[in-house]
Amino acid sequence: MRTTRLVTAALLTGAALLGPAATALADTPGASPSTDPAASPSGSSGTEEEAAPTEAGTAFRTATAIRQGQAATAAASTGDYLYWMFPAAAGQTATAKATVTLPDQANRHGAQTWQIDVYDGLRRRQPCVSGDRTVKSPDSGPSVTLTCTLRTVRPIADTRSNDPLPGAYYVRLTVIDLPADDLGQPFKAEVLATTKDAGGAHSEGGELAVPLTPATQPDALAAPEGGWTSGWWSDRWLWTAGGGVLGALAAIGGYTLTRGPRRSSARVPSQGYAGPPSGSRDAEAYSRH
Amino acid sequence: MITKRRLAAGLCGLAATLAAGLFPASAAADEPTAQEPPKIDLVLDVSGSMSARDVDGKSRMSAAQQAFNDVLDAVPDDVRLGIRTLGATYPGKDMKTGCQDSKQLYPVGPVNRTEAKAAVATLRPTGWTPIGLALRGAAQDLAGGDATRRIVLITDGEDSCGQPDPCDVARELAAQGTHLVVDTLGLVANDKIRKQLSCIAEATGGTYTSVQHTDQLSSRIKQLVRRSAQTPPVVSKAVQGSAQCGNAAGITPGVYTDREEFGQHRYYKVAVTDGQELRATVSVGADRAVNADYGVLLRAVSGEGQELVRGSDAGSGRTDVMSSGLRYVYPEKDTDSDDAPPPHTVCLEVSNSFSAPDAVKRTPGLPVELTLDLVDAPDEAGDVAAFGLGRGWVLLGVLAVTGLFAGLIWGWLTRWRVAVWRSN
Repeated sequence: MRTTRLVTAALLTGAALLGPAATALADTPGASPSTDPAASPSGSSGTEEEAAPTEAGTAFRTATAIRQGQAATAAASTGDYLYWMFPAAAGQTATAKATVTLPDQANRHGAQTWQIDVYDGLRRRQPCVSGDRTVKSPDSGPSVTLTCTLRTVRPIADTRSNDPLPGAYYVRLTVIDLPADDLGQPFKAEVLATTKDAGGAHSEGGELAVPLTPATQPDALAAPEGGWTSGWWSDRWLWTAGGGVLGALAAIGGYTLTRGPRRSSARVPSQGYAGPPSGSRDAEAYSRH
Repeated sequence: MITKRRLAAGLCGLAATLAAGLFPASAAADEPTAQEPPKIDLVLDVSGSMSARDVDGKSRMSAAQQAFNDVLDAVPDDVRLGIRTLGATYPGKDMKTGCQDSKQLYPVGPVNRTEAKAAVATLRPTGWTPIGLALRGAAQDLAGGDATRRIVLITDGEDSCGQPDPCDVARELAAQGTHLVVDTLGLVANDKIRKQLSCIAEATGGTYTSVQHTDQLSSRIKQLVRRSAQTPPVVSKAVQGSAQCGNAAGITPGVYTDREEFGQHRYYKVAVTDGQELRATVSVGADRAVNADYGVLLRAVSGEGQELVRGSDAGSGRTDVMSSGLRYVYPEKDTDSDDAPPPHTVCLEVSNSFSAPDAVKRTPGLPVELTLDLVDAPDEAGDVAAFGLGRGWVLLGVLAVTGLFAGLIWGWLTRWRVAVWRSN
């Protein structure tokens, strides 16, 4: 009886302790942070209402800095290469999205293929793990939408790797294929960079001394809300601490399993170590205790 | 979760403050402090064909004049603006004379709006279209100083003079000086004009726009003027790399420009001390018609000739630039002696695999932009996981089972010991 109670108590405590870890597990790696205002800081929720840029850069050197969640617009001519840059911190999974409002239907002579390329702060091309980064527009249709989701940013990586690191990310938008007649037509573009917190599974050690911000525009890019690093906290603390508690409880449980039947007899040394313990005596001993 | 975010925000805020404290210092160290105001020259075609009435029912000339008035009203105060014409004075048939016809209408400087507008109002469509000559003239108008320069060419016709080829002139001009960009606006959309104007734009990293309406013309020129007002915060320095590592030019953190021909490679030398991280970025521009497949390679080679790390990229199709970058860390070493060890020599090799059809000029080479940064070595973690912490159900299972076994063994041991004690 007592053993059962102890084990039940142990399990309950374990469950209570694991509760937060389990919920943390449930909400961190998923999509919930995108609905979380703190995870996707934007112009609207920021303290100072800052107008979104309406111009884009035309080279890496002149890339327009935007913030996460800020929808930047630009007007340009087809054939132009437009550049923006946004910050991404360790532990974030960034997605760049561009919407191109194509030139007037009347001035188009065929399909156009648009593409976004994302480069890190060292202008190394970053692969898109998902999203449509190259989109062929239908002959008709007013706009195309391009997306590119990057790998999760790591706090540090081997110098021989191309892994994404905290710092600037350039977005280059251009038309890569179009009928020659359609060059130089006016189009509009909107670019939005959003990030998701990748959660404890991507919580890693190490830190760059300085984020990979471009040397060509040293002060242009503000750190993302929450800084360049993901901080000391991660749900790994809960998992590890929970594991420790679970281990301790299991140890107590195991110990009790070996001791349980003996305890009542040990309480009555005068009777010596004789006879198997019975349920009633156990209860009696417990009540006396 | 809220606590987590606050804590994280607090820590990161501290980090950001520290970083902000570090940044301006390092930026100020390698950059000229005062910058000259940017210069822009508007080059307007006043050739005879500008009298054609096909822009919103008005003549091309009056559309351009109206756009210029709008633009002059909107010029930011810190921009030095000038106006140059081509084909404005000689109405005759003599090609030789007609092709020398380009003059400065309004000198590059702070804009007096009334004067400038009055000057533009006098223009009447007249002569030939010597674009190459006008571009050279515009470059002279903008000459002197370190300012960023932009030429906006507004024309309705292809070059009617042939020599010098405007596209080659544009590339020459871009190769000569610092950051000269030519943006072109075509008032007529035919194949030849488009090819020529986009070639000029491409040669200098500028843009080409095909104009159909007056408001489009004025808004585009205004946008280009605004763009010129946004000068890059760091001025680049010209440097010449060499074919071997040994005699390469030494560079310090900053932004550099160079030219590299097809199939050529360039070396630059960098001194890196222990405890520093080298960061280098290279962009090779495709400023002319190049073959479809291309690439760029940046290698860091040690003084002894061993490759340390490389960055590369390759591509296919339409592009303005090919970029790659690398980082390399020399970790801090524990030394007993007080004198610092000599810095390591690292050679950066920039090579490209661009190629071009035979008809394309080889010189000057493709524009290369190299940026170099030296920062402190990163804080490497001993364990990949944050603080070596664990995560996941397997971890919990292992800990629970280990605990259970430990408890059982301990319990049995105790029981056995008590039994032994009792029996004695």
